[in-house]
Amino acid sequence: MSSVATPAPIPPRGRRTKLQRRQTRLGWLLLLPALAVVAFVAIYPLGKTVYQSFTNQEFLAGLTPTKWVGLHNYHALFHDTIFRDAIVLTLKFTAITVGFEFVLGLIIALVVNSSFKGRGLMRAVMLVPWAIPTVVAAKMWQWMLDDTYGVVNDLGTRIHFTLFGWHFHLLSHSHAWIADPSTQLASVSAVDIWKTTPFVALLLLAGLQVIPNDLYEAASVDGASKLQQFWRITLPLLRPAILVTLIFRTLDALRVFDVFSVFFGNRLGAQSMAVYDQGAIVQDGHVGYGAAVSVAIFLIISLFVVMYVTFVRVSEQ
Amino acid sequence: MSTAAQTTAAAVRPISRSVRLRRSPLGRVLTKVPFWLLILVIAVYALFPFYWALRSAITPDSQLFNTPVQYFPSHPTWAHFHDALSSSLFRRALLNSTIVAGSVTLLSLAIGSLSAYALGRFRFRGKSFVLYLMLSMTIFPQIAILGALYTMFSGFHIVGPIDFPKLYDTPWALVFSYMIFTLPFTIWVLTSFMRALPGDLEEAAYVDGATPLQVFWKVLLPLIAPGLVTTGLLAFISAWNEYLYAVSFLQSPSHYTVPVAIVSFTGSSGNAFQFPWGTVMAATIVVTLPLIVATLVLQRRILAGLTAGAVKG
Amino acid sequence: MKHRALLIVAGLVGAATLAVSLSVAAAGTSRPRTHATPAKSAAIVPPRVPNRAAIKAKYHGQKITFVGDSVGNGHVRDLALAKRFTKDTGIKVTVVPHPAASDQSYAQLARAFSSKSSSIDVAMIDVVWPGAFAPYLVNLKPKLAKQAKLHLASIVANDTIGGKLVAMPWFGDYGILYYRTDLLKKYGYTAPPKTWTQLFQMAKKIQDGEKKSNSNFAGFVFQGNAYEGLTCDALEWIASAGGGHYIDGGKVTIDNAKARTILDAFRTQIGKITPQGVTTYQEDQTEHAFDNGDAAFARNWPYQYGIGAGAGSKVAGKFGVTVLPHGAAGGSVGTVGGWQLAVSKFSKHKNAAIEFVRYMTSPGVEKFDAISNSNVPTIVSVAKNKAVVKTNPYLKPAIASVPRVTRPAKFLGTHYNEASKVIYQGVNQILTGTPASRVLPQIKSRLQQILNSK
Repeated sequence: MSSVATPAPIPPRGRRTKLQRRQTRLGWLLLLPALAVVAFVAIYPLGKTVYQSFTNQEFLAGLTPTKWVGLHNYHALFHDTIFRDAIVLTLKFTAITVGFEFVLGLIIALVVNSSFKGRGLMRAVMLVPWAIPTVVAAKMWQWMLDDTYGVVNDLGTRIHFTLFGWHFHLLSHSHAWIADPSTQLASVSAVDIWKTTPFVALLLLAGLQVIPNDLYEAASVDGASKLQQFWRITLPLLRPAILVTLIFRTLDALRVFDVFSVFFGNRLGAQSMAVYDQGAIVQDGHVGYGAAVSVAIFLIISLFVVMYVTFVRVSEQ
Repeated sequence: MSTAAQTTAAAVRPISRSVRLRRSPLGRVLTKVPFWLLILVIAVYALFPFYWALRSAITPDSQLFNTPVQYFPSHPTWAHFHDALSSSLFRRALLNSTIVAGSVTLLSLAIGSLSAYALGRFRFRGKSFVLYLMLSMTIFPQIAILGALYTMFSGFHIVGPIDFPKLYDTPWALVFSYMIFTLPFTIWVLTSFMRALPGDLEEAAYVDGATPLQVFWKVLLPLIAPGLVTTGLLAFISAWNEYLYAVSFLQSPSHYTVPVAIVSFTGSSGNAFQFPWGTVMAATIVVTLPLIVATLVLQRRILAGLTAGAVKG
Repeated sequence: MKHRALLIVAGLVGAATLAVSLSVAAAGTSRPRTHATPAKSAAIVPPRVPNRAAIKAKYHGQKITFVGDSVGNGHVRDLALAKRFTKDTGIKVTVVPHPAASDQSYAQLARAFSSKSSSIDVAMIDVVWPGAFAPYLVNLKPKLAKQAKLHLASIVANDTIGGKLVAMPWFGDYGILYYRTDLLKKYGYTAPPKTWTQLFQMAKKIQDGEKKSNSNFAGFVFQGNAYEGLTCDALEWIASAGGGHYIDGGKVTIDNAKARTILDAFRTQIGKITPQGVTTYQEDQTEHAFDNGDAAFARNWPYQYGIGAGAGSKVAGKFGVTVLPHGAAGGSVGTVGGWQLAVSKFSKHKNAAIEFVRYMTSPGVEKFDAISNSNVPTIVSVAKNKAVVKTNPYLKPAIASVPRVTRPAKFLGTHYNEASKVIYQGVNQILTGTPASRVLPQIKSRLQQILNSK
């Protein structure tokens, strides 16, 4: 690969040449469309959301005029137990899905990393779940997990084997995965894990393929076992890919909407943060209160980003 | 390590029993079996739900809810595909989704490549600030600005005679709002592609008297074509699959995009209370098959784009 | 070069897929539709518009937009009626189907009204919305009061807000009990259950017997998901047990002993005589379970009758309908559902719109609706018509005269959706295992908050 374009540092103001000034002007001009889009589509709405959170704006206003209410919405938010439940549920969901996706994704990546015939096809097969719209996948899984007509229950109850005279069933009887509060989180996590593990596996696979083979050869000559090679070579060199994968997956999980909306709708104790926010704004029409919820969600996600950046910075020292 | 050293090392240390077993003809077959079993499990895990949708799409309604579950219908039928494709609402949704996803992709590529040109080939102060701004946009929670976008799209007064148009219930509301997640990613990936090109590439063109835009169009853009394909495909797929904004900003059934249309399918006959699973599954297949084909054909491109954006970033 | 080739290949494959699918669609299929379709009598035509000459003279050429039933049989019917109306009066009617989901349909109207848009002239509104939309609707009393007298008084009262008739009843709906006549006979019962306790007992006995041959069989299915339908079902349980109507006379009455008892009774039956997943059931799953032969009893709207009696249903000829059971201290009731027609205050052609509403809610059209689409008529005389009762047996006087209960939309106005959410979330919580004594006080305080904020 040829040399990467590394622009020289810009000399102090007085000594900037006409070319450099021209470059600066042109550069900002080229960036103008992108910055305009970002300003209109992200910065302005975010500012408006923050402003709205201090008002009592209703959607079907008409009769009650919108007025400033200060911290009233935030006060109500603090006592909102349903929102609190949504936060806790979303955090649990994030922990479960990111954990499973990471472990499973790593295993799959390691398996697919070894060269074998049909590796390209395998990679393509793994991308199939990712290509399906999430809400469509959720509808499919909703039916597959149905307690009466679902294929998961059917397969589970059919698979049985006898070992040492004991009869084992994979599933003793049909289970209402989505309806039962004790398995609802598991069912919604299963869908997300199905959809995103291949994606995680591919990201980790890309990281694995960057590690040169000579390192492994040298290690096996030195007598290191496969496990030792994994711990000493693979994991440390995979670190950048792992960190990036983890943070992107964590943020995606915190923002989950589609699967929760399709499986549970408005069921109490089964709403993610995004589902609750959408309900408050679009269904109940409380634009002001919903804006406060939005700001809270934004802060929670930013907290994770800050934690991640700090962790990366600290561990690099 | 030189081969001489290797062979000496091998000769000095005895080959362990397990290694000898593994290298024997029987051992070779046996160690391959669990590996291929694992591959099979992974393939089934990834593809089974898709197979299930396919089998449901060709199962007649009267057998869809049969128990015990049939894994392949005894009387397969094309009726559901017929219903899905003859539903004018579904066809309209396909058209709407194509317009929205296509527009978003083209806009993102156009704006994104220009920005990548500036960020990847120019030197000026404030460049890294813009890059980090774009990166921070990728962590933006879309739900947080749902309410603001909702009121924005009802049309509002900006200044003087300038009014923000009423975009609610039009595809442009979606094109506009999807840029939030397609543009930053596109800029980030294309910038890294631009940066990877040789540093003195433009000089020859400048010497020949080309303007910066000509350099962009004739020299650089063709060279980052793989990046354009990748980001274009990724932008198209994310716009195509998006649900939250589509369900919040669209109301007329004739404006629905595909994800919203599939979830609210009532079919061409039947009551508002009925949900036609067979037809929905057929619609799902129709919608995802082209995406899957595109993914299969371009899987290497997709991977390259994802890693350029994520791992190197 | 390599990439161009890939792109071309991808494009060709995609195009080929689409072409194959479309040719399959075009070729069609000679097999008859095997989905359970409603039993329809010989197709009848939409009636002519009464007084059409006078209407034509005054409003010929005006254009109105009608937001009508969602895509499906309803939309087809709307199109047929609009076509007839345009032919007879020269008023052009554009029919727009509303979104299938109830809250989206509400949001659509809410947006149009709050932005004072003239894009909607006539709207189909749910029975619980007149209170919310009253400020934006035209008073129909001056022109349609006489015709309103033909309709069910309770629904007309529901549509009258602050003395103004803001909507005309169009079709009614009420909850009824479906039961398997063959299974009742098989297990020695001579009549459908009269009380909830009886229903639970009968369901248990039948379920125990049938489960031996059909592992998916359940005694009783109903709408238990956390959505508007549960507010309807639970209202029937509570009101029939003497527990009030969630809010009575402006006061929140849901937290009382009778309500607690009946809700706890249902809670203990989940999974015993109902499928465990009934807490995710909406109308569709209820209908599937019953028409597939997997349930002994079902609560649903009258629409299920046509499907169950039609081709493709496994229970055709083996089921009957009756009023829902009642609690120990109450009487049978049915929650009012159904739709009304209203005219927007911001319409540019109010009079033409009112004439359209007059036509759609006339006896002739209601009879057409009832026979061709199994819609429950709101005009008393039509409901008694022999041809109508023949296609809709649930209109037999014994069933149709059941007292109807309405959801408390009147007291909640624009906050109805939010209040209903509080109710159905709470009831769903009870059904999935939380005792009513813990949930009802919470529902009460949240409802009180909403009432106070009005």
